[in-house]
Amino acid sequence: MNKIKVVHYINQFFAGIGGEEKADIKPEKRDGVVGPGMGLNGLFKGEAEIVGTIICGDSYFNENVDEAQAEIIEMIKSYEPDLFIAGPAFNAGRYGVACGAIAKYVKEELNIPVLTGMYVENPGVDMYSSDVYMMETGNSAASMRTALPAIAKFSMKLMSGEEIGMPSEEGYLSTGKRKNIFVEEIGGKRAVDMLIKKLKKEEFVTEYPMPIFDNVEPGKAIKDISKAKIALVTSGGIVPCGNPDRIESSSASKYGRYDITGVNTLVGYETAHGGYDPSFANIDSNRVIPLDVLREMEANGEIGEIYGAFYSTVGNGTAVKSSLAFAEELTETLIADKVDAVILTST
Amino acid sequence: MVKEIEKAGITIVQMANLIPVAKSVGANRMVPTISIPYPLGDPNTSLDEQWKLRYKRVGWALDALTTEIEDQTLFEG
Repeated sequence: MNKIKVVHYINQFFAGIGGEEKADIKPEKRDGVVGPGMGLNGLFKGEAEIVGTIICGDSYFNENVDEAQAEIIEMIKSYEPDLFIAGPAFNAGRYGVACGAIAKYVKEELNIPVLTGMYVENPGVDMYSSDVYMMETGNSAASMRTALPAIAKFSMKLMSGEEIGMPSEEGYLSTGKRKNIFVEEIGGKRAVDMLIKKLKKEEFVTEYPMPIFDNVEPGKAIKDISKAKIALVTSGGIVPCGNPDRIESSSASKYGRYDITGVNTLVGYETAHGGYDPSFANIDSNRVIPLDVLREMEANGEIGEIYGAFYSTVGNGTAVKSSLAFAEELTETLIADKVDAVILTST
Repeated sequence: MVKEIEKAGITIVQMANLIPVAKSVGANRMVPTISIPYPLGDPNTSLDEQWKLRYKRVGWALDALTTEIEDQTLFEG
């Protein structure tokens, strides 16, 4: 059998081109392996080979999805691959979204098997796990060691034409698809057995997990914005210079509250965020929290007043659990201080 | 965070570049920004233009806050 031809997609970081300062690079292709592809190639044990690697900056992809996809698909086509692999992206949000989007696009356009890998909290999972196979990985590149063998193994399975098992057996994130299967016992018996286990507080596995609906009803429209008290919150990591609270550049464990009484423009601030190029926010933090224009609107009577402090954290690989805890706490203060509305900016 | 704040009964608008992400996470009122590293001020333009861009988009955010909605809505002028 001929070797399976694989094209691999990675971002600027894993290609060794650079970090956030290079996140705006346009797609490029390189023959053969680059970065983590080397590990994959070894694991393919000669049965498959990465013939080309596509590299694209995470910001470029996400800010120019249509153009990026169009450019990338042409590059991929030129290699006539049998299989397409993107990532793994771990908990890198923009990278995960890019991996999911491009894998889905390749599947639709070229009709070849595709897969990617990422951490379950990566926003790419919510957006694309029902479209493409995603191997579940840890939340950082430290889990590369276990992620690559899982991706290589599942790649071979996809190419073998063998039946794909359940997500829990194969290690991919649920695609939400249902499949008819034959089982020994009839539904009624299984249901009663499950109920008995539940009553005895024993462990049981549901056959039909309920979807989690956690959408929130939209808040009421503000009737008179010229009287409203508006608070500013950001996940863009804006802090006074020196980052007095030492908010972490990624996986933040805290948020800050910074007094802006008498502050008309955000000079003397910087970003603690490690997930995007900080230079533009450091030069002018109004680009992330638009305090300067809001002060003018306040002076003109277009809005009531700006709340006396802004809240800031770093939304970079930060656990959902942590952000929920931050929000819960700061919301209590906002309510106690009779804030009517919030403008939240994210980067 | 957006959802937690909204759940508590405070009307909130999210200004973000990655609108698909904001949408999938469940933001109800959304305003697009121009980039990830500089959401509200393109460093390649004059300070005056950056200020105008911010003023315009914050205006959209205020429109969002004052508009009654039932579903997720993107406000872009």
